Amino acid sequence: MLDFVLKASLLLFALSTVLYLYRLIKGPSTPDRVIALDAIGINLIGITAIISVVLRTNAFLEIILLLGILTFIGTVAFAKFLEKGEIIENDRDR
Amino acid sequence: MIVIAKIIIGYLILQGALLSLIAAFGVVRLPDAYTRNHAASKSATLGVISVLLGVFLYFWLIEGHMNARIILGIVFVFMTAPVAGHLIMRAAYNTEVPLWEKSVQDDLKEDRKNEGVKG
Repeated sequence: MLDFVLKASLLLFALSTVLYLYRLIKGPSTPDRVIALDAIGINLIGITAIISVVLRTNAFLEIILLLGILTFIGTVAFAKFLEKGEIIENDRDR
Repeated sequence: MIVIAKIIIGYLILQGALLSLIAAFGVVRLPDAYTRNHAASKSATLGVISVLLGVFLYFWLIEGHMNARIILGIVFVFMTAPVAGHLIMRAAYNTEVPLWEKSVQDDLKEDRKNEGVKG
């Protein structure tokens, strides 16, 4: 029963990732696409967690932390790029 | 004990997956970028936190070892997802992404007009 629930949850996560992919391709503005990318990263965390239960291993749990950090850094970099036009500022006078 | 734990774990994981699917429907169906971010950053975060809690309970109650890494992942997602949503929406407002045409209220625009700051 638990195996069926786990596989159904994987299917639901895959379906929601496909819907985010639709928004990522079609999205009228750039923030829409960044939102979809952020949500795909969040979904990948959930998929990794469920797969580590399906395979009965705890080798994938670092991947969860890594994906969380990468998603957050990517979204912050996109936000700063959209707002200021550059990500790393070199002048220190401000 | 194992059966009760399996029921709780299955419920948490299925609830998280359903919340994630609802968030995806919100991102596809809602009319402008701000409401889409509202759907994505709240429901998807709650869904993945629920899934991670279920996985933590699985490794704790059934496999028998406690993983602090999953707790760290829960805390990290809980802290960073609202911050990321706020940052990208501030960038969207400052680059003048239009609101939905049926929106009725824009308080930040009024405040910036009153203070004389260029929006």
